[in-house]
Amino acid sequence: METMKVQNVTPNDMPWKVKYDASRCTLCGSCVSACSFRAIECKVERRRMVFSEGDLPEPKQRFSAVPVIRQVKDVRHYCRGCGICEKVCPNDAIAPQRNPDTRHPILSRCLGGDSIKRGGRKNLEASIRTLDKLRVGRISQMTDPSLDAQRHTFDMLAPFGRILPAKALPFSLDSQNLLQVEATMPPVRWIYPVIIGDMSIGALSWRMWEAVAMAVAYLNEECGMPVRMCSGEGGVPVRLLKSRYLKYMILQIASGHFGWNRIVKAMPHMVEDPAGILIKIGQGAKPGDGGLLQANKVADHIQEIRGVPKADLLSPPNHQGLYSIEESVQKMFLSFNAAFKFRVPVAIKVAASATSVSVFNNLVRDPYNIVGGFFLDGIDGGTGAAHEVSLDHTGHPIVSKLRDCYLAAVNQGRQGQIPLWAAGGLGKTGDLAADAFKMIALGASGVFTGKLVLQMAGCVGNDLGRCNACNTGLCPVGITTQEPALVHRLDVDRVAQNIVNYFLAMDTEFKKLMAPIGNSSLPVGRSDALISTDKAVADQLDIQYVC
Amino acid sequence: MCRIGAIKSLNYVHPSLALKLMESQQKGHDNSGFAMIMHDLGGRFESYKHLPTLSMACTDEGLKRAEDMLHEAGFQRVMQWVPETDPQPGLDIHAMPNYVFQTFDYPKYYRKGEPKDKEELLLDMRLQLRKALEQDEQGFVYSFWPDVVTLKEIGDPRDIGTYFKLWEPDDKFTAKVITAQCRQNTNYDIVRYAAHPFFLQGYTALANGENTFYLKNVEAQRNLHRGYIGFESDSQCFLYTLHYVHRELCWPLRYYKHVVTPLPFSELDRREDKEQLLAMRQSLANLEINGPNTIIGVLPDFTLFTCCDAKKLRPVVVGRTDETVVISSEVCGINDILPDRDWETDIYPHEREIVAIDNSLEVQRWRQ
Ligand code: SF4
Ligand code: SF4
Repeated sequence: METMKVQNVTPNDMPWKVKYDASRCTLCGSCVSACSFRAIECKVERRRMVFSEGDLPEPKQRFSAVPVIRQVKDVRHYCRGCGICEKVCPNDAIAPQRNPDTRHPILSRCLGGDSIKRGGRKNLEASIRTLDKLRVGRISQMTDPSLDAQRHTFDMLAPFGRILPAKALPFSLDSQNLLQVEATMPPVRWIYPVIIGDMSIGALSWRMWEAVAMAVAYLNEECGMPVRMCSGEGGVPVRLLKSRYLKYMILQIASGHFGWNRIVKAMPHMVEDPAGILIKIGQGAKPGDGGLLQANKVADHIQEIRGVPKADLLSPPNHQGLYSIEESVQKMFLSFNAAFKFRVPVAIKVAASATSVSVFNNLVRDPYNIVGGFFLDGIDGGTGAAHEVSLDHTGHPIVSKLRDCYLAAVNQGRQGQIPLWAAGGLGKTGDLAADAFKMIALGASGVFTGKLVLQMAGCVGNDLGRCNACNTGLCPVGITTQEPALVHRLDVDRVAQNIVNYFLAMDTEFKKLMAPIGNSSLPVGRSDALISTDKAVADQLDIQYVC
Repeated sequence: MCRIGAIKSLNYVHPSLALKLMESQQKGHDNSGFAMIMHDLGGRFESYKHLPTLSMACTDEGLKRAEDMLHEAGFQRVMQWVPETDPQPGLDIHAMPNYVFQTFDYPKYYRKGEPKDKEELLLDMRLQLRKALEQDEQGFVYSFWPDVVTLKEIGDPRDIGTYFKLWEPDDKFTAKVITAQCRQNTNYDIVRYAAHPFFLQGYTALANGENTFYLKNVEAQRNLHRGYIGFESDSQCFLYTLHYVHRELCWPLRYYKHVVTPLPFSELDRREDKEQLLAMRQSLANLEINGPNTIIGVLPDFTLFTCCDAKKLRPVVVGRTDETVVISSEVCGINDILPDRDWETDIYPHEREIVAIDNSLEVQRWRQ
């Protein structure tokens, strides 16, 4: 017998154990070739068989070599529980099983000497979400009739751009006593209240990115829904920059400035303005941390679009050279506004934090009227890659923070002047319309969503530690990878169709929520429509407590 | 539910006409109160048109307090009218001890001043009085403005009419514009201030309906102007928006409709003036109203107008003769006071227009 080596890694140290039924397996090998993480392999096992051939028991034994599928005992190739093997197995012979006794968080740190990185969202705790403690409780009846979601028309649009106070509007009266516009006003785009954002072309596979872009174009041109998509940091294919579809695209600049040399070069050739510019300061899933694209995801086309070599691409945690809010307003906002000749709204995205309200207050008071939106990203937001410790332990929930910002604006009498857009785990339960509606009633002009779009495309990850391998470049469903074989698993047309259908369903659900409160335009700040059965939540959000 | 009515005439008319206008619409409201505002006054007020009249219901203590404050501020009383009452037993009215209509001359320092300064002074004075009398409910200050009087009371409108002897027409208490409404805001506590019509610096508004954007309106209006206070009723928001759009922003009345019920984006896009209208909709999104509503309003120049919500969930009718125009929630009220009019000329305003009546009774219909 071998000496036992306790330190050896075995499947029961891993977060997932692969259950394999040799009696059902036909050894087709599908699972092994499908597992992008190489967490299973073909092995040969020595088996002993005892048999008897004569009339009387006469046991004999025979040894044979039997091919089997086995879990790899290596902390770098551990099973992610993605379930792809199970999906491809024709005989139900293999499946991952969650291992509650996993030692992985300790083992991988001990063996790797490095922090754990992964994609996804915060995976700790599973208390009831604040949004699920809110209900739409003010129902129009009798004297104030509900509207008819099918029959009435609804204005489902939200502003993106700086809105002037009425007294600052450059109006004058003409000889017929009609108002005329005397000077240019900051650009404001009225768009669908759900923005798809902001996943870069490096984080996503080119097919996934293309599918999202196709869905957005279809929603705009065939469904009449002005949905916008944010590019994420990392540029945009030049062909798109020069196409008329650019108008559906919000271009993002983050601290790495990736892709911007191409964007700037394409400017003279643009036939349409982009929908907006989003300056990313922080991200809710990993606040205080910059972007991270590992070298194995930096494929040729990414190098081309971003103008970089194949290497780990790290965006610094902050914009070098911006030391104050005033400076950020003056430098970044002015330069981007000027770059597009003040025709394109420029907004800012920050991670929700205990200090968000002060930042927002400062922006609201900006004397140049050039901050066109405040995108606030909460802790439950998703990401392609981050250190697990950031994902799980840093950040700030979005709901109360959004509300605080809105009420801060109300206090100054400036609500709506800088539209608030919120994100961070919205639609986590699959129902984005309800979450978005509640956020809007609390004061958001609209919401943005990323992770949910991946799920529409077929992402198998979840918040209980399943998959979350977006950082590895080995996404088993072809969404967050640049491996050609994996990318081809993704059916672009079906992904686009899923996204379009989801938006259509969500649109109907929005109306189903607006009709009973009797509103035909978005109820921004109508917190009187919400109730909560949780006293603490009700008090914090300043809404009605009910029981 | 409220019923609202307004009369605008070339001649001075007595409030008995307003009571009659509202009488047949009783079934539509709950007989819980009566309130009216009269503009362009005749009778005993006619020769004081340029001087502010205080309309107030109060206790003796309240009266003393108000008089002292006005005196201290330099206002000099030039006329006072205390309506004779008929407190018969059994009347359904929660009367206050005193009803005061007093006309004042401006403090010396202001007499030759700019109209704008005087207007701000009058508002400040009313707000101070309201505040001083409000704490211990010593009185309710409804208006303090030239050529305007206000009466608001809780009880059965017929009994309120009897109490103030308003059923008997005379030529002493008359006006060319009278707006009236017959219901307290019974949604919440009965508060005198909660009854329409509401008044601010020459503007009057009253409404029939419900404003589901009340909270948005209130949160925005609180910071817009010191006179935007109270918010005892969701309909006050209509008045404040009217005041803001017309007086503070100096936009013509027709744009009021664009603010309270903006055109859908798809329609805006087809307009020549889309840039203005979109900017308006953006900047004043918090003043948009939602829910079923009909609004009647009066401007400082006595223009009377009406408009309704964008889905026409609350109707209103305009009936007229050569000498009088009447706006009312229900046509039966107009039939009672203008029985001989040509009803074919009645106007049932649609959801996208403002109907405005100027001082020569010319009716204008502005399509939004
Ligand atoms: S569940 Fe996924 S990672 Fe695990 S063995 Fe199957 S395919 Fe590989
Ligand atoms: S399926 Fe792809 S996108 Fe989803 S969690 Fe796994 S690696 Fe990430």
